[in-house]
Amino acid sequence: MRTKFIAAAALMLTSLAVQAGLPIQHWQGVSGAQVYFVENHDLPILDISVSFAAGSSYDTAAKAGTAAMTQDLLALGAGGLSDNQISNRFADLGAILGSDFDPDRASLKLRTLSSERERSGSLELFATLLQRPDFPASVLEREKARIIAGLREAETQPESIADKAFAKALYGSHPYVLAESVEPATIEKITRDDLLAFCRAFYTRSNAVVAIIGDVTRQQAEQLAEQLTASLPDGPVPAAISSVPLPQQAVEKRIEHPAAQSHILLGYPGIKRGDPDYFPLYVGNYILGGGGFVSRLTEEVREKRGLVYSVYSYFMPMREAGPFQIGLQTKREQTDQALALVRDTLRKFVKDGPTAKELKAAKDNLVGGFALRLDSNGKVLDYLSVIGFYGLPLTWLDDYIGQVNKVTVAQIKDAFSRRIKPDNMVTVIVGGSGESK
Amino acid sequence: MLKRIIFLWLLLLASAAIADDHVHEFKLANGLKVLVQEDHRSPVVVSQVWYRAGSIDEYNGTTGVAHVLEHMMFKGTKKVPAGQFSRIVAAAGGRENAFTSRDYTVYFQQLEKSKLPLSMKLEADRMANLNMSDSEYAKEIQVVMEERRWRTEDKPQAQVGEQLMSTVFEVHPYGRPVIGWMNDLEQMTAQDARDWYQRWYAPNNATLVVVGDVDPQQVFKLAQKYFGPLKAHKLVKRKQQAEPEQKGERRAVVKAPAKLPYLAMAYHVPSLRDPEKDWEPYALEILSGVLDGNASSRLSRNLVRRDRIAVDVSSGYDAVNRGPSLFEFDGTPSEGTSVEDLELAIRSEIENLKENGVTEDELQRVKAQVIAADVYKRDSMFYQAMQIGMMESTGLSWKALAEYPKHLQAVTAEQVQAVARKYLVDGQLTVATLDPQPVDESKPKHKEMQHAH
Repeated sequence: MRTKFIAAAALMLTSLAVQAGLPIQHWQGVSGAQVYFVENHDLPILDISVSFAAGSSYDTAAKAGTAAMTQDLLALGAGGLSDNQISNRFADLGAILGSDFDPDRASLKLRTLSSERERSGSLELFATLLQRPDFPASVLEREKARIIAGLREAETQPESIADKAFAKALYGSHPYVLAESVEPATIEKITRDDLLAFCRAFYTRSNAVVAIIGDVTRQQAEQLAEQLTASLPDGPVPAAISSVPLPQQAVEKRIEHPAAQSHILLGYPGIKRGDPDYFPLYVGNYILGGGGFVSRLTEEVREKRGLVYSVYSYFMPMREAGPFQIGLQTKREQTDQALALVRDTLRKFVKDGPTAKELKAAKDNLVGGFALRLDSNGKVLDYLSVIGFYGLPLTWLDDYIGQVNKVTVAQIKDAFSRRIKPDNMVTVIVGGSGESK
Repeated sequence: MLKRIIFLWLLLLASAAIADDHVHEFKLANGLKVLVQEDHRSPVVVSQVWYRAGSIDEYNGTTGVAHVLEHMMFKGTKKVPAGQFSRIVAAAGGRENAFTSRDYTVYFQQLEKSKLPLSMKLEADRMANLNMSDSEYAKEIQVVMEERRWRTEDKPQAQVGEQLMSTVFEVHPYGRPVIGWMNDLEQMTAQDARDWYQRWYAPNNATLVVVGDVDPQQVFKLAQKYFGPLKAHKLVKRKQQAEPEQKGERRAVVKAPAKLPYLAMAYHVPSLRDPEKDWEPYALEILSGVLDGNASSRLSRNLVRRDRIAVDVSSGYDAVNRGPSLFEFDGTPSEGTSVEDLELAIRSEIENLKENGVTEDELQRVKAQVIAADVYKRDSMFYQAMQIGMMESTGLSWKALAEYPKHLQAVTAEQVQAVARKYLVDGQLTVATLDPQPVDESKPKHKEMQHAH
């Protein structure tokens, strides 16, 4: 229960690392899809993900939620099979269907046993979902009602209120705000035709990135990648996402809520995938607030003063600048004290950078713990998918340790001072301050 | 020299104790059990120290002390001052944390394999030499209270969960939250935590589980080196606390700021005690799979997808516990549907099961998932270590793991129906519901809300 999973999850997102020697095979399929494959016969299992540039940023503001619903409904009716028939068939084969969804990307994942019957059965069904979705009207109505219920509930909960307000303040009208723009009213408007149109436009052959790891040969991997993508529709590559404008002044939004704790988020537009400042910012953030119990924020706010259970910072690199975010929750009476301390810690870090000792400790952890990032097929699959989706060089794996080791105190200080502006931060506080108790 | 001889003798014992291809078992003279499973897929290791002490061992007035001590275990020994434990592990490239449950408290590190000795050295040190200062305690208890606010006070469904447990178990310690009641945390002292440490933190109340790219004999050697010198404690005898038989349905309501109502239900059912002879716990697990094993299992298929009574609904059963078990249901009604409607719908699913049993298709489907899960778990060293530690710390044995899937495979449709008939009965039911309150009209929450019953 002394968990730091929030911080750990953030670290995962920012850390794209591939083990030196992890043999990634890459090719473009006949279908046009990009395929990334690691052959591994240690376990009789096979993991696959198929990703598309079909995340929430491809929504329109009026019908925000279309992208997520399109992905959801792929598994709820396809090739004439009902939602129940699909999930029963996967279960009968012991296969597990999964998904990932973010502003850039929508992925469908399959984990199956590699034995012939299970593998071929679950692949055939997986291909059906991707290529022949039905989007049944009655399922759409049902799912809309469920999503709306969830949204109404979220409107009352401080954490969700904070996330929404943060995205609005940080991204304004940039498409990255759309992930937090889904409202009962936008869901109401979505029709079956919208889902069909979205699917045809974005779930296309040339937009597909297939990642595979597990107990199949190269030849089998080639065949299954074709099987999954060959009859996807043809379509143009989606238009690029515009770059994120930087805030020109500080924004602070306070939202009253009766909760015992205030939820506080601070942020600024962060980095893109492949950003030249990636490593200085990534290593620097480990020291500031990414390194769990040993970060400066945890030391100052939790260890020295007992003000929070969790305080973290992360960069989420995306196609365009994903958020740099600091988050914490503290009892409402000490809201202002904790916020001032966080701001002070950030300001000091941006101004002075880390110490040489802190940098060494960060490198020791990031380099020394490298093997832990890839110690399961499940983890490798996610890295393959990110490499493929963002077109990162395959040499990333060989470069990671070297890149981390190269980072200097001066580079971190320089990168933070150029990229993060403590005077122009977005701040959201949901809860109250000392007076309202 | 003497050390070395003892050591060799212990090694001999160890090889005799090997009873399974996968897990190697070893016991130090001071009572520490060491369980090692080789997994050579990656050059990493997970090391977990399991103490058989959880909230089940607490008394009223100091609820939450097991978890508070868990926090304090990072606050220093003479050799490793406060805050240094995490820094040393981090500098070794490690990830570490700890968690407390009803039945046990666990400390773990995940490391590149050559760092295993470091992990053992640190864990052995804090098993015996914790040096808890009043000033560190004063800060950390505030952190724990923030944790409680975050996990429970501000989460309406978590409050319902807490209320359900305290209504189901009027006597048994499972009725109290692991994190403790806020009032107890406010009253707690550093001495309460020290007493807990003295009472339970001893090699003869612990199990070391190591899974990874290691040689079991080397791990035994290291364990002997680091943990061997620690002294066993005389452990106080644990008194089994049984919950008096429930004689009639129980109900509780929680009012909290939320939009949607929420329903939680629980029936008393047995835990697994004798993995070879018991069959009911396996039948209950299969029953749970039939009701909620995949997206189109009965509850979802009928209540969410067909009748649209619920936004979501689920059921669950956990056979492996030191104390008693429950068969639980929970769900959120759809708009225009009440918690009463949802409860009726769930109870009619239960009646249908008792009346008509389960189909062969449903049974085979759950069993196919059992077989697959047993393969998939091998992709996570951490999860495998968890399973081993959990079995040991609840008084079963890791040896029961190998046969577990076979016992599930052996369950018949008649057995599933029989446990439903026997245990899912009205007099054994407890229901807790959330009565949502408008957010803007409610005042800032006070701690008294937790003591509704």
